[in-house]
Parts: sequence; structure tokens; C-alpha cells
Amino acid sequence: MALNQTAAKTSPRSRVKFIIGGLLIVTAVVYLIFTSTQASAQYFLTVDELSQKSVDVGSREIRVSGAVLGDTIQYDAQNLLLTFEVAHVPGDNAEIEAQGGLAEVLHAAVVDTSRSRIKVEYHGVMPDLLRNEAQAIMTGRMNENGVFVAQELLLKCPTKYEEAVPEQAEGG
Amino acid sequence: MVSNFGFGALVITLIVSIYGIIAAVYGARKNSLAWVESARKAMLLTFPLISLVALSIIYLLVTGDYQVQYVYNVTSSTMPIYLKVTALWGGQAGSLIFWSLLLSAFASAVTLRKWDRDREFLPWVIVVALVTLVFFVGMSIFFENPFVRFWQTAGGAEAVAMFKPVGATNLTPFDGRGLNPLLRHPGMIIHPPMLYLGFVSFVIPFAFAIAALVTGRTDDRWIRVTRRWTLVAWLFLSLGLVLGSRWAYDVLGWGGYWAWDPVEIAAFMPFLSGTAFLHSVMIQEKRGLFKRWNMVLIILTYSLVIFGTFLTRSGVLSSVHAFSQSAIGPLFFGYIGITFAISLALLLQRWNALRSEGEMHSMLSREALFLLNNLLFMGILVVCFWGVLFPLISELFTGQKVTVGPPFYERSTGPLFAALLLLMGVAPLSAWGHSTVKTLGKAMWKPFIASLIVPVIAYVLGVRAPMAFVAFWLCGFVALITLYEYYRGVAARHRKNGENVFAALWNLMGRNRRRYGGYIIHLGVVLMALGIIGIEMFQTETQGTIPPGGQMSLGSYTISFDKLDIFDTADGRNVARAVVSVERDGKPLGQLFPRRDYYYDSQQPMTIPGVRSTMEDDLYVLLVDWEPISSTGVTFKVYHNPLVNWLWLGGFVFIFGTLVAAWPEKEPEPVRVPAVNRKMTSSGVQSAD
Repeated sequence: MALNQTAAKTSPRSRVKFIIGGLLIVTAVVYLIFTSTQASAQYFLTVDELSQKSVDVGSREIRVSGAVLGDTIQYDAQNLLLTFEVAHVPGDNAEIEAQGGLAEVLHAAVVDTSRSRIKVEYHGVMPDLLRNEAQAIMTGRMNENGVFVAQELLLKCPTKYEEAVPEQAEGG
Repeated sequence: MVSNFGFGALVITLIVSIYGIIAAVYGARKNSLAWVESARKAMLLTFPLISLVALSIIYLLVTGDYQVQYVYNVTSSTMPIYLKVTALWGGQAGSLIFWSLLLSAFASAVTLRKWDRDREFLPWVIVVALVTLVFFVGMSIFFENPFVRFWQTAGGAEAVAMFKPVGATNLTPFDGRGLNPLLRHPGMIIHPPMLYLGFVSFVIPFAFAIAALVTGRTDDRWIRVTRRWTLVAWLFLSLGLVLGSRWAYDVLGWGGYWAWDPVEIAAFMPFLSGTAFLHSVMIQEKRGLFKRWNMVLIILTYSLVIFGTFLTRSGVLSSVHAFSQSAIGPLFFGYIGITFAISLALLLQRWNALRSEGEMHSMLSREALFLLNNLLFMGILVVCFWGVLFPLISELFTGQKVTVGPPFYERSTGPLFAALLLLMGVAPLSAWGHSTVKTLGKAMWKPFIASLIVPVIAYVLGVRAPMAFVAFWLCGFVALITLYEYYRGVAARHRKNGENVFAALWNLMGRNRRRYGGYIIHLGVVLMALGIIGIEMFQTETQGTIPPGGQMSLGSYTISFDKLDIFDTADGRNVARAVVSVERDGKPLGQLFPRRDYYYDSQQPMTIPGVRSTMEDDLYVLLVDWEPISSTGVTFKVYHNPLVNWLWLGGFVFIFGTLVAAWPEKEPEPVRVPAVNRKMTSSGVQSAD
């Protein structure tokens, strides 16, 4: 838009110059977005989708969200190795709302033993918000033993607070 | 009682606002001063009304009336009084009221200015402000009412409602849930209001832009009138962003400051479009170019401000900030869509009147480089927008939720930020109208030669990564060019007027605050870039478990664990506090006290790092875990964050520069006087505020 406008009264030659210059920049931005998306897109899956292997994720980095089972949390402080299990929760906000809100959904997921579950492994500092019925949003990959190795771990505890608090741990 | 009073005031605010809109439109159409005056009074009345609403909420918060759901959600009896007051913006419903309060305060302040020459703008500025206010107040009344209470119905069930259901009795919980401990940090108490102040201030330039479009007074008067508002909006938004980063660094305990979280991005997007706007209005003022583009930018900024408020306040995206899920999402989208469409329609209607007065010839002229600056800012904005919307888009088309994380943003914005940094150095040297490689080269070869010393110093200090050389050189080059600009200005005054160096510097900056304030901001950006390069490229970390007396090292630092104290505090915390001695190359540097506080009321721990902070680096020690009884070992995580303090220092310089630029000018500045509106601009300068 700016280009058209400024070029409106400009002589044809410099107009061409500006249009080419502008196009170069636009191309550069599009190229950056395209390649970066390709390189770092992560599938957002539910525990069901992941455990049933309904989507072929290969060794791609994926994001998965689930309800933390408090009893399964184990932390080896010597090696900073954290393991726990998460149970399936719906991935869709509308679905969560329909089932009575996030707190209800998380509670139901933890109580219901028939839900599919996955083991999670995380190397690093134990996050403060990790507890029973917290929602864990994890980024990482499945290993050959069917354990989800999380690189990044985000937690939400809607049971306690209306307001969100960022709790983030980044692993190396 | 107070709840009903507050709710009543809220409803009256809505009615007064709707009346104000009708009166303003009618007054403008009929050209009736009386009706416009009435609309102005309505606008002014909204401020005391919403103040009453806010005061009611604060009263309920401070007195701890837990029957009110909002009070129950955000406070508890152990919280100190200042936290109870600031809990006004601790939750969704209160935040919306706070937003409305700020908006009505700012809009009222604007309507109190002298309107002599801009009378035709007044009704339309009121309309825009009040329409925005009606949206927020309406949302508060119908969807996010802060005054809803708990009731026990006759059947014994719990109910949440504004008014007492038939046969119900009051239900008052014994205590509230309390504000999350992580939010009980000074940075977190002022961070949301700063962001909101920034958001709300951008409504004012937008209101004037719309007024200009509706009235057809499409010269640059609206820009001159709102210049200071734009700077103020930008100042608060910047402050909000910097404070948020600092809070993350101090409290979240992951050694970082920015996580490309969707909500951070939501606050960042209006900052990007606002920054582009801030730059390109200068071209309109000086050269009469980019008129349509400026309109597009301010319309976009307004939409992004609403979008930002919405993102932080809905569950639309999987963000760490947005915990609250409610029905207001579609309404926000509807409102953004409608206001955006109407604004664009108005713009198209005035499309021909907004023709550029001049033309651009040279690719290296100041105006062309400003255009490039705008394109780069827009490029970063598009990247952010794409990153935020990509999950929604991909789900729409493939049914599969796909998200992009921080690596996406880092990869795609990195080169754009670097280009902006370079441009920031070069652009101030180019001339209006026409510049060539030769004139530019002449202006900057000295700083360029001098800047070559920077990579050499970096090499001597042990830097080996090729990208780091480029990054450091870029910072040095831009800083030197900017300082050289000061030097040239001061030297010229010294030669011409015989002023001494300090007087010359003072007068130079006083004469052209926006320009030299802008250069200070640029220097601040360079310093921030230095800090970001330091932490992004050179951060190292280690972790380990050590017994009392044991040691661990990171780089040239060694920390030894002296002891661990565990005790209770009066305000309901259990504190585990480690004492750690720090050495560097065998030289003792003192002690650090990383600790973990456990809040009994909210059953939540909070990790507070022990940080040794110097301009060279931060040693950031976290207490991760400990063996409760035998204390055979305590686990620490240690980060080494080189140069990170330059980020905060740069933030200060940046804010200082903005203050210099925004400070009211006493003397009329030289203005561009094209033949068409010579009379208007030269007479309008004095009252430009």
C-alpha cells in the first residue's frame, strides 16, 4: 500500500526501482517465515492421538497436553530426572468448555483409570506448579520405549487460580 | 450493598456512554454546538462513574467480602493491603473495569484540551472513545461482571448470580483463594497497568485519525495533535514490556527473559505497529508522504490493542498466561472485525484526499529508509501474527493442530532485527529528499573505521563464534554513528556560538527533543541488543548435587554450599534458604542466598534465585532440591548469563530517551509549510500538545 502511494507521482523509472526493492523485502520476509515454519512446526496432539499412533509423527518434535497424575511424579534430584504420567484430556477448547471447564476436565481425566496415559521424562529442574491435576503442556519427542521425552514443560493449575501464571522450564 | 451500588454505577455508565455517542453524532450532523457540548459532558461524566465502580471493587477487595466471586478468586485474608488493592487487575473481570477506567480518564483529559482550531474533530473523538468504552463496559455488565456473588438457593445448591435468586440466602466463603505467589512481585504489580496504559493511550491517536477521516480534514493536523499521545502510549507499552521481562527473569527461575509466548507477542504486536507509526508520521510531517499508510498503521494498532487485550483475557490460544476461558472471545473478534472494517471503509472514502504531496526519488533518502524501517517492522509483525494464528489456520485446513515455538520466532525475526539495527544507525545520516552512496559513505566512514576495533576487542576477550563478531560489530557501529551525530551537533554549536561542550549538548537536545531523544532511544536499543546477544549466544548452565562444603564450577566461577536453613515466616511461608559462597579464579566474591518459599495458603512453592549481578555477567543460582533430614546434598542449577545487565540498562536509557522526546516543547519548531495548508500548520503549532 505504501509503495503504491509513494510511487503514485514518482517517475516510472524510480517507481520500478521502489517496487523491485519492496518486492525483495517482501520475498525475504515470506522466505524467512516459510523456512522457519518448516523447520520448527510442532504437531499439537492429545494423549489419545499419541498413544494410538493415529498420526504418524516419526521423530518430529510434537506438543502434547495432558492431566498430571500426582501419584506418578518421581524426581531424582541427583540426576535432575523427572518422570510422571499424564492422562488424556481433550485438545479442543470448546470441548473442554462443554465438559464443564478445564478444572473439571482435568479432575475427570485423573480419576478415570480407563483413559489412555503416557509416561513422560524430563531432565531439569522440577517445576513449582507440577502437581496432581495440573495440565502439562509438553514439547518433545517419543523415544523408542514409548516414553515422551519432554524438552520443554509448561504447567497450568486452573483449580487454584483464575489467573494464569507462566511456569516454564526449558531443558537442554 | 456495595456490589449493587457498583453494578448500578456500571449500568449508568453504559447509558451515559450510549447517550454521549448519540448526542455527538447528532450534534456533528446538525452542526449543533449545544449537542456536542452535551456529548462532551457525557464523556466527562463517565470518568467519575467508572471511578465509583472501581472504588466499589477495591472496597470489596480490601474488606474481604468473599461472597463476591471476584474477591474470592483473587484475594485472601493473609494478603497485605496493597496487594488487595492491586488485585483490581489481578483477574479478568477487574481488568476490564480497569481498562475502562483508564480509557475514560484519558478520553476525558483529551476532551478538556483547548479545541479552538479543531472543533470539528471533537464529536468524532468522543464517538470513538465512547464506542470503545461501551464495548468494554457492556462486556463487564453482560459477561464478565465483577460483582456477581455466591448464593445458597432454597434447594441447598450453590448459585453464582448478580442478584439474589428467590428464596436464596447469602453464601460467604470463609476465605478467598488468594493471588498466586508468583504474581506477588513488584514488577508484576506495575507491569499490567503499564501495558494497559500503553494500550489505552493508543486509542487517542486512533480517535483523532477517525475524526480526520470522517470530517475530511485530512491534512496532518491529527498527527500533530496526537504526537505526544503516541509517544506516551509507546512509553508505557515499552515500560510494560521491559518490566514483564524483568519479572520473568527474577521470578520464573529459568534464567530467561522472553519466551515468545503468545501473550507476550500479543503485547508486542501493537508495539511493533506503533513503532512503525511513530517513525512514519515524521515523514508525513516533514514531507507530506505516507498519509494513507499512516492511517493504515494507526487503524492496525488500534485493532492490535484490542486483540492484545483479548488474547490475554481469553483461552483462545494455548498460552501460559491465558488461563481464563470465557465466552468473550467471539465478541472480541466481532468487535475487532467490525471496527476494522468501518475504519477501512472510511479510509477508502478519503483515499484520494490522502494523496502524497511529494514524491520519493532516491532509494537512500531519509524517507526511503524510513519506508524500509516500516517494512521491516511490518515484517516482524507479520511473523508474529503468523506464529500466533498458525495453529488456528492449520487446524482449519488440515484438522491437525500444529504450533510453532520460540525457534520459529528466533529464526525468522533474527535477520529482520539485525537489519533494523543497521538501519537505525544509517538512516539518521541520510538526507531528506536525496542521498547517494557517496554522501552516506562520507558521513559514516569515520565511525565505520572506529567500529572495526570492536571485533578485535571481542577476539581478545575470547569470543570465537563468527556470528558474535558480526553482532558485536553491528552494535559498536550503530552506537558510534549515533554518538558521532551528537558530536557533530555539539561541535557545530561550539564553533558557531562559542558555547562550551555541556551548554552546546544541552541546547542541542533542548532545540530538537524528538530527534535527540530519538537518538537516546537508539542508543538504548543498542545496549539492549548487547544484553540480548550476551544471553542468547553465550549463556552457559550447569547443575549438580553437592553436600555441605562441596563445590561445583561453571566457567571461571566456583560455588560452594555452606548451609541450608529451613524456617517458617509470619506471613505463611515455609522458607528453605541455602547459603552459597562464590569464588572466581580462587578469589572470594561473597555469598548468595538462593531459596524456595512454600506458600501454605496456596500450597505453592516459589523459587527465588540468588543472583550475583555485574555489568559483565550474572551468576544466577537456583535452589532446586534438598534432602530434608540428613542434608546429604542440595541440588543447584547455575546459569552464567553474560552481559544481561546491559539489557536492563538499555531499557532505562530507552525509557529516558522516550521521556526526552515526549517532553513538552516550549518554542514552536520549524515546520514544513506546503502552500496548501500553510495557514493551518503555522497557526496550529502553538496549541499542538
